[in-house]
Amino acid sequence: MRALVRLTAWLYAIAIYGFIFLPVVVLVLFSLQATSFPIPPFTGPSLRWYQAVLSDARLTSALVNSLLVAVLSSLASVTLGFLSAWGFARFVLPGSAFLRGLITLPLTVSYLIIGMGLLVLFNWAGVPKSLVAAGIGHVVINLPLCFAIIYSQMGDHQINIERAARDLGAAEWKVLLMITVPVMAPAIFAGFFLSMTFSWDEFVISFLLTRFETTLPVEIWNLLRSGLNPKTNAVGSLVFAVSIVLVVFFELTLLRRKPA
Amino acid sequence: MSAPLVDIRNVSHQFGQLPVLKNVSLAIDPGSYTILLGPSGSGKTTLLSILGGFVTPSEGKVFIRGADCTAVPPAKRPTTTVFQDYALFPHMSVGGNVGFGLRMQGVDGATRAAKARDALALVGLAAAFDKKPHQLSGGQRQRVALARALVIEPAVLLLDEPLGALDLKLRRQMQDELKAIQKRVGTAFVHVTHDQEEAMALADHCVVMNDGRIEDEGPPERVYARPKTRFSATFMGESTILAGTVTGAENGIVTASTAVGPISLPGASPAGATVALAIRPEHLVLTEAQGNVALGAAEVGDVVFQGSFKRVLATSTLDPALQFIAKTSASATVQAGDTIAVSCNAQDIILLAD
Repeated sequence: MRALVRLTAWLYAIAIYGFIFLPVVVLVLFSLQATSFPIPPFTGPSLRWYQAVLSDARLTSALVNSLLVAVLSSLASVTLGFLSAWGFARFVLPGSAFLRGLITLPLTVSYLIIGMGLLVLFNWAGVPKSLVAAGIGHVVINLPLCFAIIYSQMGDHQINIERAARDLGAAEWKVLLMITVPVMAPAIFAGFFLSMTFSWDEFVISFLLTRFETTLPVEIWNLLRSGLNPKTNAVGSLVFAVSIVLVVFFELTLLRRKPA
Repeated sequence: MSAPLVDIRNVSHQFGQLPVLKNVSLAIDPGSYTILLGPSGSGKTTLLSILGGFVTPSEGKVFIRGADCTAVPPAKRPTTTVFQDYALFPHMSVGGNVGFGLRMQGVDGATRAAKARDALALVGLAAAFDKKPHQLSGGQRQRVALARALVIEPAVLLLDEPLGALDLKLRRQMQDELKAIQKRVGTAFVHVTHDQEEAMALADHCVVMNDGRIEDEGPPERVYARPKTRFSATFMGESTILAGTVTGAENGIVTASTAVGPISLPGASPAGATVALAIRPEHLVLTEAQGNVALGAAEVGDVVFQGSFKRVLATSTLDPALQFIAKTSASATVQAGDTIAVSCNAQDIILLAD
């Protein structure tokens, strides 16, 4: 009887993980296909489609664009998120709880709505569709995230540490750069890597706000319009690999932090 | 007398509607060890924060070395603070922590390291220079915080309940060291505590605070032997308090009627005034009428053996509201339930206006 329960539990676990990961496994497997169609039977392994991806100028430039947008928008998000978290944690502001709610609100709004809103706004303001516009969109979605992560880690026990630095003669910007940022480093890195992950495979906002130069997810979508082939699998696997690396960094920085 | 190093003039402060300091004036002499003693909520920590520049008082002025520092931020005033939780920078080495103040002054790396090493040697932690704060024990962190605050040679060092987080044995040991370090560097220390033993052991100048006011200040010996108010008689050490009314006063002798009968003692007070007579535990005599003032009989409620002495609590048979707190020798045979005669000597009674 107990053996049966254990067996069912195992089967259940396998079914769950299979459900989650099978699509990815299939994607990666058929990216190694040697023939022209990503359908069974498997004919690989072969790296010819990866070669095709890396020699495709449109895809590689989209990859570089994606990286640039991810890094720069995440830097902006984490900087603004840190400063607002510090402001909320250290100063008594009128309507503080309401304003904190407001700053995290974009987390609950769909990317489509944010993207459309920005599209209308940029149109009206005369800002052309570009990577910069998409980057701004990514700051809108990632700033609340960085704020929430950093604010949650900014406890009262750091107040006296900042006071001590001020007491020993440090100007305010030195207190921030030499004390608060290093002490908050785990949360700051966690916010940065999570922003990178989200920006890296974000599609809707980039699709709406870019035109000629675009990011990798949008370029993949363009590729898909001409039908499935193992090249799309290969580029998808690359995107997935980068995401995995970023998530691992995120978890490492967040888990490595010392208990307060 | 030289001019005071710190001159606090008529300082009042309130948090919102709540007054925490009420017209406090205090002078601190160069090289002195001042203790601000009081229960929580007495305003002692607020006064320290005002000295350190973390709080700007609602009213009044603070002068340090003759300069008006009332609204000068902490970074720009000649004070440093040792925080209760030490507030060491966790990402820097011990040497980096101690050298931080000098770094902010633009002192070059080599001089900084040398001075930081000297300061660490002063607090007995020369070997910890390259360690991280989390590798040190509580007592060691305390010393690092002290070295970090002393290395920039402040005019006044402020200590906010510095021994509060240490266990009793370590606290007494650090207490002796603090005093020794203060004598060696000669900097004025201002130290906040609610521990009256700590206050008596450390202070040159003891300031007893209650409810936002200074109740009493002076050398700890004087504050203990001749407290100025009823509060300081009960907070700085214990006292038995006898309520009374003055019936006559002449030739420096006051006679007061109390629950245990009339008592005459040296002092001055107008007839008809209500007074409190305070007697220190060690001045109560529990054996057959040895003191020259009889305080009547009392029933012993509790005897606590404390090693070198026994602490005796007894209730007067004449007035059940009167509790005697006495100290007697460890070899005394007194037990709970005994009825004893209590007496004292007139010159040991402290006359307080009530």
